Amino acid sequence: MLELRKDIFADERDDNLKEVGKGTQRQDMLGHVTGTSTYFDDHKLQGMLHLKVLRSAHAHARLRRIDTTEAERSPGVRRIIRGSDVPRNLNTLLSLINFGKDDEPTLAVDKVRYKGEPIVAVVADSPREAYEAIAKLRVDYEPLPTVFDVEEALKPGAPVVNETYPKNTFTYHDIYDHQKLRFGDVDRALAEADHVLDQRYQMAPIEHAPTETNGSIAAPDTNGRYVVYTSTQALFFSLDTCAKILDVPSNTFHFIGGTVGGGFGGKVDTLTEPLSILGAMLTGRPVRYVFGREEEMQYGPPRGAERIYIQDGVMRDGRIVARKVRAYFDSGAYTRLSSYAVVKCAAHLPGPYAIPNVYGDIYCVFTNRTPATAMRGFGVTAMDFAIECQMDKLAHIVGMDPMEFRILNAYRDGDMKAHRREAKNTALIECVQVAAEKAKWPLREEFKRMSSLEGGGGIRAAIPLTPREPSTPRAAASQQRTSYDRAPAASSHEPPAPPPAPPPPPRPPAPSHGATRFSSVFGNRRR
Amino acid sequence: MPKTALQFHHNGREVALFVDGGVNLLVALREIIGDMTPKFGCGQGGCGACSVLIDGELHLSCLTLAETAAGRAVETLDGLKDGPNLHPLQRAFMEHFAAQCGYCTPGMLMAAKALLDRNPTPSRDEVVEAISGNICRCTGYEPIINAVLAAAAGGRARA
Amino acid sequence: MTVTVKTFATSGEAAAALSSDRSARYLGGGTLVMRALNEGDISVSTVVRATDQALARIEVTNLRVTIGAGVTFARILAERDLGFLHAPARSIGGPAVRNMGTVGGNLFAPSPFGDFTVALLALDATIAMQGGLGTRDLPIEEFLQSRDRQNGALVLAISCQRPASADAFRYRKVARIKPKGGSVITLAAHLPVSSGRISGARIALGSMAATQIRARAAERALEGRSLDSSAISAAAAAIAEGTSPTDSALASAWYRREVAGVHLRRLLSGQE
Repeated sequence: MLELRKDIFADERDDNLKEVGKGTQRQDMLGHVTGTSTYFDDHKLQGMLHLKVLRSAHAHARLRRIDTTEAERSPGVRRIIRGSDVPRNLNTLLSLINFGKDDEPTLAVDKVRYKGEPIVAVVADSPREAYEAIAKLRVDYEPLPTVFDVEEALKPGAPVVNETYPKNTFTYHDIYDHQKLRFGDVDRALAEADHVLDQRYQMAPIEHAPTETNGSIAAPDTNGRYVVYTSTQALFFSLDTCAKILDVPSNTFHFIGGTVGGGFGGKVDTLTEPLSILGAMLTGRPVRYVFGREEEMQYGPPRGAERIYIQDGVMRDGRIVARKVRAYFDSGAYTRLSSYAVVKCAAHLPGPYAIPNVYGDIYCVFTNRTPATAMRGFGVTAMDFAIECQMDKLAHIVGMDPMEFRILNAYRDGDMKAHRREAKNTALIECVQVAAEKAKWPLREEFKRMSSLEGGGGIRAAIPLTPREPSTPRAAASQQRTSYDRAPAASSHEPPAPPPAPPPPPRPPAPSHGATRFSSVFGNRRR
Repeated sequence: MPKTALQFHHNGREVALFVDGGVNLLVALREIIGDMTPKFGCGQGGCGACSVLIDGELHLSCLTLAETAAGRAVETLDGLKDGPNLHPLQRAFMEHFAAQCGYCTPGMLMAAKALLDRNPTPSRDEVVEAISGNICRCTGYEPIINAVLAAAAGGRARA
Repeated sequence: MTVTVKTFATSGEAAAALSSDRSARYLGGGTLVMRALNEGDISVSTVVRATDQALARIEVTNLRVTIGAGVTFARILAERDLGFLHAPARSIGGPAVRNMGTVGGNLFAPSPFGDFTVALLALDATIAMQGGLGTRDLPIEEFLQSRDRQNGALVLAISCQRPASADAFRYRKVARIKPKGGSVITLAAHLPVSSGRISGARIALGSMAATQIRARAAERALEGRSLDSSAISAAAAAIAEGTSPTDSALASAWYRREVAGVHLRRLLSGQE
């Protein structure tokens, strides 16, 4: 059960508020328990048609010819929609905030870049008739070489997935092929560290699996407008995306949504709305386009997979002195939101810890996989998984308790973070203390007494001297192999024994060096 | 397109309708009768969002050929209330925060009703088993299990 | 071409309709055929039903049971005489699926489904079929090997022996999600004992090949022995022989092979 720990940071909070901190009934609860909450699909419209799409059978192929003749004559078919029917058949979601180049068609025209990419849409009287017409569509594919691995995609000669980005990486600020973070001199700190730990982490894509699948219903409204019932999680974002793709003013649409049957980030991509609206425009009838379950699981965008290499330098007393990260976000065939995930990831490094030397190279990579998208903390979650695995292993190497090791290295108020912003309102130390208490995990008294409010700032508030690098963007990762590349891809889960192996003390003495630093009282209270 | 005439009891009311061949009961309820309370989640029997009671037994309406409901009694969430009065399960779901997005809620409530109609005093394990065919992706099962147990306990207290 | 539903009073008429129409599928509980229609499988354009009460019969004698193809798992669970089949019946789906799914349909459920059929394979069941040319009985192994070609025939009933004791028949479904989940591996073992020795052991596996299969090497390892730890070890070591599991979202082929022996050992030694 939820417990508010009001003893912590008590002086920073007003507990006499009317709503905050008080239990209250959700305003939509009565609708939920009576089944009257209205989701996008809960509309019965007169004369509604059904839209289904033909999806690519190949992960990468040129489309030589698309023959719709037989399908046009199939019973119940009202309209076949091809890429050429889409007014602006190239878009990227974040173009609405001028971030990235248009790289994804609504319906593929010359090429398909992932298995399941939509090629032709069929609007018919019933779902069954749409399926029957789809079976009569003929597509002549010329299969192309595929690439499914992020590092393979960056090698010279790798198949070009998306011609908008010929190097298979997203382009930042028109020139950079990755996001770069430099803070202090990480190579020198690694050379001086007592132990260096090199590890590789590989995540799998994760499907959101909402109980309600993605979908929308679009219907002609009065005065040339269209009403759109949608499962979108981002109503105005989807509305503007549709206005761009369909090349009409955004006040053409009346979007109705907000009651969503589970989203988790998987319903921001505006996958169905452009086609259902276009279907309604072309037929003058309400058109419904809803993903089936297999479509949702197979072709709905997942949380992207990430490959992460971390090299950490740690001192015998438990202080982490360097963290060097190289990570690849698998964006799949199109950008969607992965470019943003990479920016978030770079900003998040090195995790919630005060590490004086941090280095990050983070790539948004295109492969012939299903395009990835947002999902609950994307950009940060997988990196945190890798970092926290790394923290356990580092604690093991220096013979420290993993909880105390985190408290020791946690950032505190006033510390300078790697992206050159002062840490404020930090609370990791208190979180670990409470977690240890709940788990009946013994912490030594000095670690129970540590506080986020003390020991930060001062020397820790300084931006360290950071070596300059050539300002021209480097070539792809394959040309800049660093020493930790030598770590075998499938290295053992056990941390490698650093030479010379330290005698692991069962209970180390109080960290001398670290304790001195961390007990400093230079911290300024700035919240 | 040939249509089949079909009659059944929908929440105690006799309904007569025509369905296309192969149409499932979920589509018949939603698109023909207009009862939107059962939801489409998978069409495969994996999620339970379309759960209804047929002659008191829990069934998946998306896997039920509509015409097999002929002459039978179909109950949906739409019929759970007694006029303006919420069913004890509905009240318990409200009080225990047993719905977040609300999409699995109609199926959960019908699965819970199928259990309590047969077994008014279930154990926690029996509740878990009874809703094991219903997937929730956001509320979490604990509040739902607690709500069903609370509704059962409330029923006992009144009896 | 839309879907046509044909309902017949007798299984004979239904079988005739099935055998004369390649696009026809027999609708039992709906968990396979309606699923196919919902996912847009246009190869099905005729749905055949039969209201024949014979399909819903359960007959129990001292030695054998006969179960109509239309009997649901919920009905098996309600039948005290079928106690040995309760574990496999309970392992299928949630309550709604058990109220709908039938014994006959389970014979056609593709991997990783078809758990009940694993039990039937271990029990050496006989499948009563009606085709265009009449009725015939088919040993379950033969049926499974030719399952893809059986769509034109109608399963009427299955029958199998009753295990001599509760110990003689064991069943275990391994899933990642409790209490309901798709099978990582499903095991059933029928181990008749005569004067302290196992005689006529049958071990069946689900999710370890394209259809349910017998683990013949493990059966041989138990034959003629008492169920002691060395026999169990020998059977566990041989369990994966002849299997051909595939990778799926539930488990990799490698994992399935690795854990098969562990679960057989637990099944045979009575561990949870």
